[in-house]
Amino acid sequence: MAFQSNELAKAYWRENVSLMLKLLAVWFAVSFAAGILFVDQLNMVQFFGFKLGFWFAQQGSIYTFVLLIFIYVIKMNALDRKYDVHED
Amino acid sequence: MDLQTLTYIVVGATFALYIGIAIWARAGSTQEFYVAGGGVSPLANGMATAADWMSAASFISMAGLISFMGYDGSVYLMGWTGGYVLLALCLAPYLRKFGKFTVPDFIGDRYYSQTARTVAVICAILISFTYVAGQMRGVGVVFSRFLEVDITTGVIIGMAVVFFYAVLGGMKGITYTQVAQYCVLIFAYMVPAVFISIMITGHVLPQTGLGATLLDGSGLHLLERLDGLSAELGFAAYTEGTKSTADIFAITAALMVGTAGLPHVIVRFFTVPRVKDARISAGWALIFISILYTTAPAIGAFARYNMIDTINGPDAQGTLVAEAPTWIKNWEKTGLIKHEDKNGDGRMFYSGDERNEMTIDRDIMVLANPEIAQLPDWVIALVAAGGIAAALSTAAGLLLVISTSISHDLLKRNLMPNITDKQELLAARGAAAVAIVIAGYLGINPPGFVAEVVAFAFGLAAASFFPAIILGIFYKKMNKEGAIAGMLAGIIFTVGYILYFKGIFITPFAENKPENWLFGISPEGIGTVGMAVNFVVAYAVSKFTKEVPQDVQDIVEQIRFPKGAGEAQSH
Repeated sequence: MAFQSNELAKAYWRENVSLMLKLLAVWFAVSFAAGILFVDQLNMVQFFGFKLGFWFAQQGSIYTFVLLIFIYVIKMNALDRKYDVHED
Repeated sequence: MDLQTLTYIVVGATFALYIGIAIWARAGSTQEFYVAGGGVSPLANGMATAADWMSAASFISMAGLISFMGYDGSVYLMGWTGGYVLLALCLAPYLRKFGKFTVPDFIGDRYYSQTARTVAVICAILISFTYVAGQMRGVGVVFSRFLEVDITTGVIIGMAVVFFYAVLGGMKGITYTQVAQYCVLIFAYMVPAVFISIMITGHVLPQTGLGATLLDGSGLHLLERLDGLSAELGFAAYTEGTKSTADIFAITAALMVGTAGLPHVIVRFFTVPRVKDARISAGWALIFISILYTTAPAIGAFARYNMIDTINGPDAQGTLVAEAPTWIKNWEKTGLIKHEDKNGDGRMFYSGDERNEMTIDRDIMVLANPEIAQLPDWVIALVAAGGIAAALSTAAGLLLVISTSISHDLLKRNLMPNITDKQELLAARGAAAVAIVIAGYLGINPPGFVAEVVAFAFGLAAASFFPAIILGIFYKKMNKEGAIAGMLAGIIFTVGYILYFKGIFITPFAENKPENWLFGISPEGIGTVGMAVNFVVAYAVSKFTKEVPQDVQDIVEQIRFPKGAGEAQSH
């Protein structure tokens, strides 16, 4: 077992899942919410020559996806060190 | 020099580059990256993954579909990028820690069952096959245009080229060849986009050009002008589209989840040296993919604007057939553009109502785009080389998955354990040949546009693998009975629904229109429902069957943190 105790293993997994769920909430918000479900409402807003909902669907969601993965990588690497389960 | 000669030279030069790199990489391989345990940097791996991933559907078909669908085309943009978030956050690091090479291996071991493994192999074959069938059409479109033959001959030539490429096959799997393929592909995609963006809007970046003001003096934004043109010509508004919200939601979800369940993409994350690298590789891959995916909607809009302008003429009265632009004459030879002078005025006219006289195949738009904008011939030749690189690399990779699955996983490990290596190789080649012939038939009689057929493959992956893998990692109590029942229910439901409306090889049972669809969801999006079916069936069955053995539960605990990840192992 890589962890000192079962409690630590559980705590690591809890933090991991909670980070994942937070990032997935953003993932859902920029694509399914902004780009699909509320696209008509957001389209009332103009954004650099785009309708905002349309921009999220064809541009904004993709930029956000890239950001999300890099945030995840940085946070997980820190979490691995905190619980001392990182690779050498 | 004429265009055809130039195309041969550019395509030939790129092939020489790939082969050259393959030879160079192989020479260095014995000391360097095989021994060092695949010391390919996550950056290079990301680029190679991007090349592997972006097929004819992304390169040739997608921008064309967006061009005709407007907002509705967003399903492909969000769907084929959003899946990488799922892959990086929910799958890649854990599968890497698990340390097996293929998805069926993971399923077989996690669910401690040969049956689960076999079901997974069959799903993988079905998914890869549907994917290849989509590619063949794309390959055919490229060859038919540049060899100036009709589409059927184009597909047949494409079949021959893909067969040799896949069977000789040495190039596939060598990361640096794929890095080169990515560079060719992205350069070929960006050059015309940047040129046309500057011509239409004055913006260098197509991503901002899409929202910019037109240079024609009207003072209108490009998207406003397209909405206006759509209204005049009887199409749905470009920025609004026609699909129902439920259908858009379902297709996007199916493509995202399918991305995270595609066997040939997942495999790339098994082979990186560390769990850390598996996470970051997905990030790099998505950056490289995003360059193309954020450019595609701009290409779609530019192509739409230029196409309507050149066909209907600046005064919107139609262009005289005698003065038809060369791109129309060139593409008429392939049979993918047709003009029928319905009102007999000797002019061409394109619209969304009864005035329309043009039939235009959506899959030609990316290839025709530089011709429509009258860019120099070398740009057109470059796009052809990019299209061939995209289609060949993916098609060849998938054929290898199919042939090894059949010869190794099904025959050698299940049905005929006693066959010799030679017979196994023969079976692999035979399987590849049969797959190409069937795929070629579907390329000549396509059940949909390239990106649509490819979307079916993603639906199948979403309905079969994704739930089995997610549950395998995040739900320790999922047992083999549940996983097998879930995969079978999901894939049978999804295949059944697609056949019911599309009737591939059989007559469809019902007309493929929104009134007939379940919950208003088209066959492209049904994988989302199939995935839900899979989850529900798997959970229910697992509640009524034997509990998971303790040692398997312990393995699941072990894959949840990075420390101690060893080399990936084959069976």
